[in-house]
Amino acid sequence: MSLTVQNITKSFSDFAALDNVSFEAHSGEFLALLGPSGSGKTTLLRLLAGLDQPDSGSVTFEGEDYLALNARERRIGMVFQSYALFRHMTVEQNIAFGLNVRPSKDRPSKAEIKAKVQSLLKLIQLEDLGKRFPSQLSGGQRQRVALARALAISPRILLLDEPFGALDALVRKDLRRWLRRIHDETGVTTIFVTHDQEEALDLADRVVVLKDGQIEQIGKPLELYRKPASSFVFDFLGTNNQVTATVSGAEAKFDGFTAPAVVSGELTGPQVVRFRPFDAHLSKDGPGFKGKVLSILPAGANLRLELQSEDGTVFETQHAHDSDASDLALNDTVYVKPIKVYVFGN
Amino acid sequence: MKVKAPEAPKSPAAIALLAFALFWIALVIVLPLVNVLFEAFRTGVAPYLAAILEPDAISAIKLTLLVAAIAVPLNAVFGIAAAWCITRFEFRGKGLLLSVLDLPFTLSPVISGLVWILLFGAHGWFGAWLDAHNIRIVFALPGLVIATVLVTLPFVARELIPLMLDQGTDEEIAAVTLGARGWDVFFRITLPNIKWALTYGVLLCTARAMGEFGAVSIVSGHIRGLTNTLPLHIEVLYNEYNTVAAFATASILAGLAIVTLILKTLLEWRFADELAAHRRH
Repeated sequence: MSLTVQNITKSFSDFAALDNVSFEAHSGEFLALLGPSGSGKTTLLRLLAGLDQPDSGSVTFEGEDYLALNARERRIGMVFQSYALFRHMTVEQNIAFGLNVRPSKDRPSKAEIKAKVQSLLKLIQLEDLGKRFPSQLSGGQRQRVALARALAISPRILLLDEPFGALDALVRKDLRRWLRRIHDETGVTTIFVTHDQEEALDLADRVVVLKDGQIEQIGKPLELYRKPASSFVFDFLGTNNQVTATVSGAEAKFDGFTAPAVVSGELTGPQVVRFRPFDAHLSKDGPGFKGKVLSILPAGANLRLELQSEDGTVFETQHAHDSDASDLALNDTVYVKPIKVYVFGN
Repeated sequence: MKVKAPEAPKSPAAIALLAFALFWIALVIVLPLVNVLFEAFRTGVAPYLAAILEPDAISAIKLTLLVAAIAVPLNAVFGIAAAWCITRFEFRGKGLLLSVLDLPFTLSPVISGLVWILLFGAHGWFGAWLDAHNIRIVFALPGLVIATVLVTLPFVARELIPLMLDQGTDEEIAAVTLGARGWDVFFRITLPNIKWALTYGVLLCTARAMGEFGAVSIVSGHIRGLTNTLPLHIEVLYNEYNTVAAFATASILAGLAIVTLILKTLLEWRFADELAAHRRH
């Protein structure tokens, strides 16, 4: 049950929304399409759903040409950021819709539909709210109904377009876990579009990173994190600090100290190197970049510091709450030493 | 979310504004309406009944209702189709179509009538051909209908377009991905979502269609008992200094307008919850 996308290109009047995009979603996989707005991820989703046609390329599902099928025939369950629930129907009617519109020869009996709706209500834990209208539900509840409605047609693929975009942070996190559990229970191949890197890394088996209509990297969350293929991927996955160093082999040489370097390709000589906030070591008397503490703020499990060097560069670093960093005060002078840097070329 | 009920006005300025608004409504709406009834019954009930039961009046009432009964459904279908096109598709000439939709609002009704004379009149472009095939358009029912259709063209579409833009296409797209065919999408999703705006547009359209004077006056030919609608019949009576009959007939027309208004209010009251739910969503 795998979906293969090959060399998809799609242009809108004068700009290329998708440029030669190829990837595969394995059977039962949870795949995230990650990218900033304008990267083409929603265009890609619309093509997969059959709401738009590509200029060239192919989409096949288990060898079947998907592009030859219209949106109705593809049996793709779609979940929207706006929920798109039918406002004049109850929760039960919403969920049953996909079964009720089937031609009479394929339509399950009323009792079967009812049983299916009940089992889905149970799955989304809204058994008591079947008679409610969408306007009487919270955002999180609405999105769960939308998912149940999409699952009702036993979709071959589930497509989710920024499904948690309109929800607040707590509900979002909760629903994320829940969505992953539903996916593991139903085993349906799921493709998930998001611009939120944390969400993508947290949920997906594999992540496809898109930039300007092209694929930057495909990989498991840890691979993306440990071996980012480009500076774009590195920057997009989290905060980064940039400095210059002389690179030779797997080492970056700074003024008075060195750090191990993850180098993509054969790069030597003066280069821009990047390091993560948590790959930084602080000390009172060097070596490192001399800086002044601008701010100390809690960031979840860590302390987040902002340091300004003498030439004006601002570094962001993260440390455990019980580390030496917690003894620092504003305007203290401290040395920042990267303990691991990434090099992608200039 | 509970909305705080507005308070009764307290400051002198608020009371003065309210008083002015009430005075103005009384002056320009209530007074003329009361005057119509007063003039209609000035000489008693018998002359009133005689005026409205006279064969020409009856025929004018029937004709007015018939024209509205044909023109309004036509414009309802057109309005839905136009609103669908404009809100669901991107195409060249969309701006032009939107402007053309507004044309009947800005065009003098006299012109909306005259164009049909120029096209279908005895000396019009198609006049000779129509005459040869014995088809009558102007000075007959078809002329009245097309003139009314033109004048009331925007009402339904104008009600639907903002609502359909606001609701977006996600629900329809969801329905398609769930396997719904075109007509299923329309009858199960689109139509239920627009039914109140549609009803409202149809009511407005009906009121306007029944009251239309200018365009209809041009294409009618004022043949008593045949092509005179209610507004035209009233004018004829008025020009003959038959004041009581003119106002009696006018009261019928005003009555039709008030019935339309009551229907609209009843709908709003009866389905307040549903209307609110649609807006809130």
